[in-house]
Amino acid sequence: MKVNVTRYFEDLQKTKVWRSVFRGGTGTSTLRKSMAIQQNVFLHLLSTKVRKRMIEFNATWYLGTLTLGTFGLLVATGILLMLYYHPSVPQAYTDTKDLQFVVSSGQFLRNLHRWSAHAMVFLVFAHMFRVFYRGAYRPPREFNWVIGVVLLLVTLLLSYTGYLLPWDQLAFWAITVGSNIASAVPVMGDKVRFLMLGGHFVNANALLRFYVLHCMILPLTAIFFVAIHFWRIRKDGGLYARNSEPDVLMTTASTRPMTEPTI
Amino acid sequence: MTMADEKKNTVQTAASTNIDRRQFFLKMGLGSMGIAAAGTAVFGYQFLSPNVLYEPSPVVNMGKPESYQLDSVTLDVDVRIFVIHSKEGYFSLNAVCTHLGCLTAWKPEIDTIACPCHGSKFNRDGVKIAGPAPKPLSWLKMWLSDEGDLMVDRSAEIRPQQFVRV
Repeated sequence: MKVNVTRYFEDLQKTKVWRSVFRGGTGTSTLRKSMAIQQNVFLHLLSTKVRKRMIEFNATWYLGTLTLGTFGLLVATGILLMLYYHPSVPQAYTDTKDLQFVVSSGQFLRNLHRWSAHAMVFLVFAHMFRVFYRGAYRPPREFNWVIGVVLLLVTLLLSYTGYLLPWDQLAFWAITVGSNIASAVPVMGDKVRFLMLGGHFVNANALLRFYVLHCMILPLTAIFFVAIHFWRIRKDGGLYARNSEPDVLMTTASTRPMTEPTI
Repeated sequence: MTMADEKKNTVQTAASTNIDRRQFFLKMGLGSMGIAAAGTAVFGYQFLSPNVLYEPSPVVNMGKPESYQLDSVTLDVDVRIFVIHSKEGYFSLNAVCTHLGCLTAWKPEIDTIACPCHGSKFNRDGVKIAGPAPKPLSWLKMWLSDEGDLMVDRSAEIRPQQFVRV
């Protein structure tokens, strides 16, 4: 039986349709395996070859991957929550309560969204601490650290904008306080707050703006930078595993001005 | 100066003043893109800044003066102001904390206006007693309407110690 399945799969891989979809990579040679990664739109962001040490739990504790996992959960649950939520003042709070008490599985999805959000913030910080204390931010990975900081900010902004959407007392006053903090920006503080809220108070315009930021602009920004973040891992020599770094890198990492790019 | 030097100089001047076709179009292209970008920034800013706001009027009617007992501090949570009836007369305070915008509340047992968010405290004249608030609660313009109602303009701050006497 098992042999049959394998053979059918191999036959399938030889068909014209399969070959038109998956250009490279059938067969077991290293080249074919590499091409399977390199010629796939989703996988080409990743390194075609990695050292085993780099993908062991010990190297990274999988914190970056787990962060991506929570982000995936947040996108999936968030899209489902959008089906029952109206970003308008009369409806937002009652829709949230409906999700909690009326919609089948609504409470589960909402809680999953909320806990994933908390977990994502925690994991982003844990990931950054791990990278920092391992020294994995050093050249040639310094720019990827910068992208990581951008992703941290996007994560925090996603949390902040999502905070307003239940439109309860906690949300309202948290955003009141937060937008007043924004107005402490020198010279243009009040203008920043006005643009952020679309008015002078946390009201209908603010709710809609935060909704659009939370559901469209910030997630797309996050996806954009995550793509660069992953691509840079490949370009900067793969995941950082201390033992597999060349000796020269270990001794002169802080003083070396430039690094030859790697594929 | 030798003749060779002179020649070199002329060549340099010619090169710096005359731009060729390629450079001309490059500069035109970059220039027009710059203008377009600046225009987009201006339009973007104008678009994001609402021209009409459906926000409640800053002027509110707080009812008859008789409804406020002497020596009382009354908070209206909807319009976020205090109406205070003191011996000197009536006045109104903005109830929004000057720290980060939370709604303060009157605590009669300690004779204090207190903010629940970060612990700022004010006396009934709006003067800060404790906490992180950077400014006192502002006094708001108050007057009597023709019908004898107390009116407050929440957008008009006045100097303290100006009372409405009935």
